[in-house]
Amino acid sequence: MERLIEILEELHPDVDFESCESLIDDHILDSFDIITLISEISAEFDVTIPAEEIVPENFNSAKALYALIKRLSDDE
Amino acid sequence: MGDNMLFTSYSFIIFITVLFVVYYLIPRKYQWMLLLAANYLFYFLSGPKFLIYIMATTVSTYFAGNKIGSLYNEQERYLSENKGSLSREEKKEYKAKMKSRQWKWLLACLLFNFGILGVIKYANFAIANVNYLLQAFGSDMQLSFLKLALPMGISFYTFQTMGYIIDVYRGKYPNEKNIFKLALFVSFFPQLVQGPISRYDDLSQTLYKEHPFSYKNLSFGLQRIMWGYFKKLVIADRILVAVKTLIQDPETYQGAFALVGMLFYAFQLYADFTGGIDITIGIAEVLDIRLKENFDRPYFSKNIVEYWRRWHISMGTWFRDYLFYPISVWKPMLNFSKFCRNTLGDAIGKRVPVYISTLVVWFATGLWHGAAWNFIVWGLANGIVIIISQELHPFYEWFHKKFDVKNKFGFRLFQVVRTVLLMSCLRMFDCYRDVPTTFRAFWSMFTVFNYNELFNGSLLKLGLSAADYAVLLMGLVVLITVSLIQRTGSVREKLAAKPQLVRYALYYCLIIVIIVMGAYGIGYDSSQFIYNQF
Repeated sequence: MERLIEILEELHPDVDFESCESLIDDHILDSFDIITLISEISAEFDVTIPAEEIVPENFNSAKALYALIKRLSDDE
Repeated sequence: MGDNMLFTSYSFIIFITVLFVVYYLIPRKYQWMLLLAANYLFYFLSGPKFLIYIMATTVSTYFAGNKIGSLYNEQERYLSENKGSLSREEKKEYKAKMKSRQWKWLLACLLFNFGILGVIKYANFAIANVNYLLQAFGSDMQLSFLKLALPMGISFYTFQTMGYIIDVYRGKYPNEKNIFKLALFVSFFPQLVQGPISRYDDLSQTLYKEHPFSYKNLSFGLQRIMWGYFKKLVIADRILVAVKTLIQDPETYQGAFALVGMLFYAFQLYADFTGGIDITIGIAEVLDIRLKENFDRPYFSKNIVEYWRRWHISMGTWFRDYLFYPISVWKPMLNFSKFCRNTLGDAIGKRVPVYISTLVVWFATGLWHGAAWNFIVWGLANGIVIIISQELHPFYEWFHKKFDVKNKFGFRLFQVVRTVLLMSCLRMFDCYRDVPTTFRAFWSMFTVFNYNELFNGSLLKLGLSAADYAVLLMGLVVLITVSLIQRTGSVREKLAAKPQLVRYALYYCLIIVIIVMGAYGIGYDSSQFIYNQF
């Protein structure tokens, strides 16, 4: 989780990712950020997030994103 | 499209009135069937021979959906029956095998349907390019063009239906088991003219349910329709006269007139497209069917990325979800990303793949708008501007640290005007006959200094009288005012809270304005919507 927060903070240093739960709904993360994130996650966690998982529910908070990474790595 | 079923035609108004009356008279469980019949009648009246295309898309998608759905069922059954005996590896292997079988059905369906769209819409464009190359290389051989007419709404319903089948493949929702219900989703008539491109999980909920009559739906729907007619007939079709004059003779109309043409076209396109969508959403609302909004006051955007989030939303999200994301997270692309980082460094390396996906998507978006180089260049130009604005991020950050203007009204106004001008410039590719002409017209704005002619009465020789300009100015003021009111919520809800006298005075005003100032009659063309040709 800490590493994920670090990755997110590199993208947007001014956002509090620990508490924010509307990263997509409030347009904090745009589609460019999401792809950059997915490529970082792929390099860091060795997990590929497929296109169908790119939905607001999975990207609205760092917690949700971390849960997705865990779920996908358990599946793999 | 046959002119007999234009949104602005009398036959369409009769069609919708009869449908509305019958729709609320019959038992509610039959309403969706009546809608399906109405869709096919609408399509038939617009061009009987085109029915075959929409039926082919419906049947092929239904069939592929059924196959993919039954493979999901088979997988579920097999996994639950063998729950205890399968190892994790075996389960994974089995799922992968099933996914690859589903993929084959999806691929066949996509190839078939995009194949139809490709041949009908792009074959002659491809032939023209091949002929050009043949000629350039000195060959006498020339391919002959195909005689194919474009079925109404084919780009819209193909995209909508392919979105559905991709979602079924992704397991987002189960396939539709009733072919007639699927046919209704594919052919919902108000959307066939110019979109929006709906999603099955949004539209099916509201499309198949029973619809009780409600006064609010009728009144809100009619208001929305009238608002759409106002934009289309009073503004778009009026300004069209001047736009045509200016862009069809770019040799005469240079410099200041190219600038006027650019701004007029941006105004026309906005009124035409958003007006058409207002009519579409209004018709659906009268029938108690909710369509998602396709615009969110796009000309108030602060930058181009935000503009594309707020303009033609259903198309933008389609390309994002079904093209941009899949290409970007495609394994070879992620590997390429790693390769770029290792060779070019972290900062540049991670941006290269995103930019490649961006250009692919914008090339496709351009091509979607039409089979011509104008549209492709327009699409790519949008992609390039987006990439440049991403690259300028460090500069923006530096600028905002240095100058505290981010929330100042003047700066926001500057951002909005800049975005409007930028988008209007790019839109020039839409209207001029080819790419070199567009560049010449654009260049002339900076090299031909005839701006004094704007004040010597030349503007009155473009086909519009002083009264027309007054109407357009009034229209612009009304549009901006309504957009400003919309910032704090629905205008119609606010209106509903006003006294009856005020409301009815406004409704009658709008109706009278449309009837008296609508651009029909001598000198005007009752024209098709711009987006209908895309």
